[in-house]
Amino acid sequence: MIESMISAFAEITSGAHLLYLLGGVIMGLVVGIFPGLGGIVGLSLLLPFLYGMDPTSALAMLIGLVAIIPTSDTFTSVLMGIPGSSASQATVLDGFPLAKKGEAARALGAAFSASLYGGVIGAIVLTFFIVVARPIILLFTSAELFMLTILGLSMVGVLAGNCLSKGLLACGLGLMFGALGGAPATGEFRMSFDSAYLGDGLPLVVVGLAMFAVPEIIDLLRSGGAISKSASLGSGWTRGFKDMWAYRWLCTRCAGIGCIIGALPGLGGSVVDWIAYGHVKQVAKDSSQFGKGDIRGVLAPESANNAKEGGGLIPTLLFAIPGSGSMAVFLGGMELIGLEPGPSMVDGKLNLTYVIIWSLALANVIGAGCCLLISRNVAQLTTIKYVYLAPFMVMVICFAAFQATRDLGDLLALFGVGLIGIMFKRFGWPRPAFLIGFVLADNSETYLYQAVQFYDWGFLLRPGVIIIFVLTLISIWFGARNAPTGEAEMAEDSKPKPTNMKPQAWFAGFVVFLFTWGLIDGIQHSFLGAVYPVGICLVMLPIAIHLFYITAKNKTQHAANYDYEVEGDHAGQEGIPSLVYYLTWLAGFIAAVMLVGFWLAITGFFLIFLRVHSDASWTRIVTMTTCGVGFITGLSWIMVLNFPGGLLQHYFKLPWPLS
Amino acid sequence: MIKTSISVLAAAGFVATTFGTTAPAVAQDVDFAGKRIEWVIPYGTGGGSNRWARFYVPWLQKALPGNPTVAVKNMPGASSTKGTNYFARRGTKDGLSILGTSGSTQFPFLLGDRRVKYNYADWEVILATPVGGVVYVNKSLGVKSAADMKKLQKAKLKFGSQGPTSLDLVPLLAFDILGLNVKPVFGMKGRGPSRLAFERGEVRIDYQTTPAFLKRVTPLVKKGIAVPIMTWGTLDDAGKLVRDPTFPNLPHVGEVYKMMHGKAPKGPAWTAWKAFMAAGFPAQKMIFVKKGTPKNIVAAWRATAAKAVAMPGFEAAKNKKLGKYPQAVGKKAQVLKKVATNVPPAAKKWVLDWLKSRYNKVP
Repeated sequence: MIESMISAFAEITSGAHLLYLLGGVIMGLVVGIFPGLGGIVGLSLLLPFLYGMDPTSALAMLIGLVAIIPTSDTFTSVLMGIPGSSASQATVLDGFPLAKKGEAARALGAAFSASLYGGVIGAIVLTFFIVVARPIILLFTSAELFMLTILGLSMVGVLAGNCLSKGLLACGLGLMFGALGGAPATGEFRMSFDSAYLGDGLPLVVVGLAMFAVPEIIDLLRSGGAISKSASLGSGWTRGFKDMWAYRWLCTRCAGIGCIIGALPGLGGSVVDWIAYGHVKQVAKDSSQFGKGDIRGVLAPESANNAKEGGGLIPTLLFAIPGSGSMAVFLGGMELIGLEPGPSMVDGKLNLTYVIIWSLALANVIGAGCCLLISRNVAQLTTIKYVYLAPFMVMVICFAAFQATRDLGDLLALFGVGLIGIMFKRFGWPRPAFLIGFVLADNSETYLYQAVQFYDWGFLLRPGVIIIFVLTLISIWFGARNAPTGEAEMAEDSKPKPTNMKPQAWFAGFVVFLFTWGLIDGIQHSFLGAVYPVGICLVMLPIAIHLFYITAKNKTQHAANYDYEVEGDHAGQEGIPSLVYYLTWLAGFIAAVMLVGFWLAITGFFLIFLRVHSDASWTRIVTMTTCGVGFITGLSWIMVLNFPGGLLQHYFKLPWPLS
Repeated sequence: MIKTSISVLAAAGFVATTFGTTAPAVAQDVDFAGKRIEWVIPYGTGGGSNRWARFYVPWLQKALPGNPTVAVKNMPGASSTKGTNYFARRGTKDGLSILGTSGSTQFPFLLGDRRVKYNYADWEVILATPVGGVVYVNKSLGVKSAADMKKLQKAKLKFGSQGPTSLDLVPLLAFDILGLNVKPVFGMKGRGPSRLAFERGEVRIDYQTTPAFLKRVTPLVKKGIAVPIMTWGTLDDAGKLVRDPTFPNLPHVGEVYKMMHGKAPKGPAWTAWKAFMAAGFPAQKMIFVKKGTPKNIVAAWRATAAKAVAMPGFEAAKNKKLGKYPQAVGKKAQVLKKVATNVPPAAKKWVLDWLKSRYNKVP
């Protein structure tokens, strides 16, 4: 082991290795900063270079590329509230409010130093863990993995906000949306209206964008001005770095959590940042500022998600089972170079394994360093008047959503789930609870079914399952202990409570309808296909009906009573366009895509939107449109991508990019 | 039942020859220089089909007239029907868009999956890549080779599967025919997770395709955890089931049946199994251009495939990445395509009934 370490150390500190690593990092940074793009696009850009390169240099480039992606997508999460990938959804919760307060540079500084720190801690853990990992990982069977999903779901308690029933319903909706599409046990298509798109289930990236980015864009447009409420950008990234150092133990713990969960094949990395976020909220003495711009809410997920990539190397290298999208790319790249993952990675090729692990850590350091250097400049974006940014944002999130499956359905799903996200935001329903339900839906169902098949119900008595169950109880206890008391929150609120709860009742009624529909759809399937969604709907329906009753009866003193339209900062101000106004713009854009295709629709949207909402001259508007559309066209050409077509393309054969 | 297969193959060969004569190799005047060829792969970047395509890209680029760029376009979704439907609807007839399919694209087509909006008869095959499958069991079952298979009949076995209408139809039906007590556990996200379940000890019988077996299971065999027992075999030119050339020491399913039951397998189940095995493995992955593409372009593509597989270095690289199967080009590819995409109606009906009664599954 020591010998391998020494030879690996010599390898990674050689000049050529560092140079290739840097090349990969820069390439990944350019690609990863754009939401929705990531490993796959990075790989297709990198492929032409990899052919004919010697394996170690190619490997260095590949690692540089993979390492940087969960770091660089932080930019849009913090600055624009757009989760660039599933790894940075939790970062949005507190990162974006910080940016709105004018502390974007601090938030980015904290995020990147946490990424760097988490990546390094992850590498240290891995260095020792990888030698013994194989038998330990094989202990995690479907039974233990199922129990881990329950542990994840128990975080709902802390992510629920001040009204538990809304939290449970949000999580239930997440589980139901996650159960959409092919059933794991039977392959039956649930709740999918015979649509091939829904048959594959909703993509996580689309759901993340719809829940977080769509409501933010609309609110920002309505409030006018820039993202940052103050013109200065605060004291910059050094403060963020100090924040990280002040909470270094928290970051260490989250890195550990990220590393271990990332190392378990089959759980998927997307849950890591939520668990880290839930964890920090559980243990925090004062958790009242979470969601409003608590720096710890940035540090926890960011330190965890970089460590997760390191952890993800374990199943990739030892079992050839990639745990995440970027690891799948990495595996593909390894095979392309001619490296075979498997048990030999710790038996005969340990030095190579160390080269990989440490290169990943080094790439994290270089990548986070690059991001830190440019963060102050990029943070300037938050001081631009939002009207100018908005068309770019719409373009970016639609393009990002479209990367999920490259189907027009992605855009429709973005809009449909986006409507629910807007309602969630308006009525104070916890979006994180929805996301954690969504992320864990498929795994919890699959592993429950498999565990029962493999071990019968006796699986509940397996030692590993019992240990994780105890951990779950501890987690719930921590969460309950630190739950914010409803009274204290109310006392802080200066705004009056809404007196008319009709809109809330409508939405609660809609939720009742959704669960009823889930139930009706569910009972039409075979037992194994139906039991999971029907079970969820049966549990959720009474809660939803109860909430509907409270809101319909206008019980304004109930903790559930919340309406952003009454309590938000913009409420009561003059000249604020209604929620529906900008929603109509978005709907109009989607309709235009269905008619004339994405490329023409986005060009038109740029021109018309800027003309109506800004006082820019035509020359300026055309320049902005050309830049925006030109950039995305170039990108698509490199990626061999067709834009979503509409009716026009259905009837006429048009040349690219119109096709 | 062997007769049926022979006649299928013979018919296929006949059709292929007639086609062959109508499309003489006039590959001149075709130049793709400066063009970009779009290769639709209806699978994601993590799987075997993507690896297969990426393996072929540089060889095709070198062999194509004018050395154009070949860009792989991964379009996964709806069990690969999404990307294939896309090609069927949008693919151009100028040789600049090609399609790569796999057994999991063939099966929904053969079983009449309602998501399928493509027809293999609309496409000209350029190249076919055969692959095999190896069944292996956990050492703890006490089976050292296929000769001990009788022991397995008493064991209650579980098998990790993606679903009965996927390529897993071949192993599931084979286990049924052999009389093994195998209960599938569905919901596996691919053959990789099934192998992981084997390593965890959750399942004690599993199969992998040849490349995956060579790379991922061989280390387990060396460690003494896994014992390979049989292959699916492969079809010879007369349509007879013979041993897999990559694993000459392992018996095929037909031999194993004889060892266990003392007689050669026969009957509608066996015929159906052979038909679907032939659809899923001997021409598992194929490259297509659309029918209606100018003849000289089709000929240029066929010449390219023949040239690519004959290039120096190809054989060694292929053996390492894809297994020791001869890559089929020209008429051989056309014969294999015919077999892979034309299952006799009786076999199809038998399998549909079996899926319904055994798994309550209508594709």
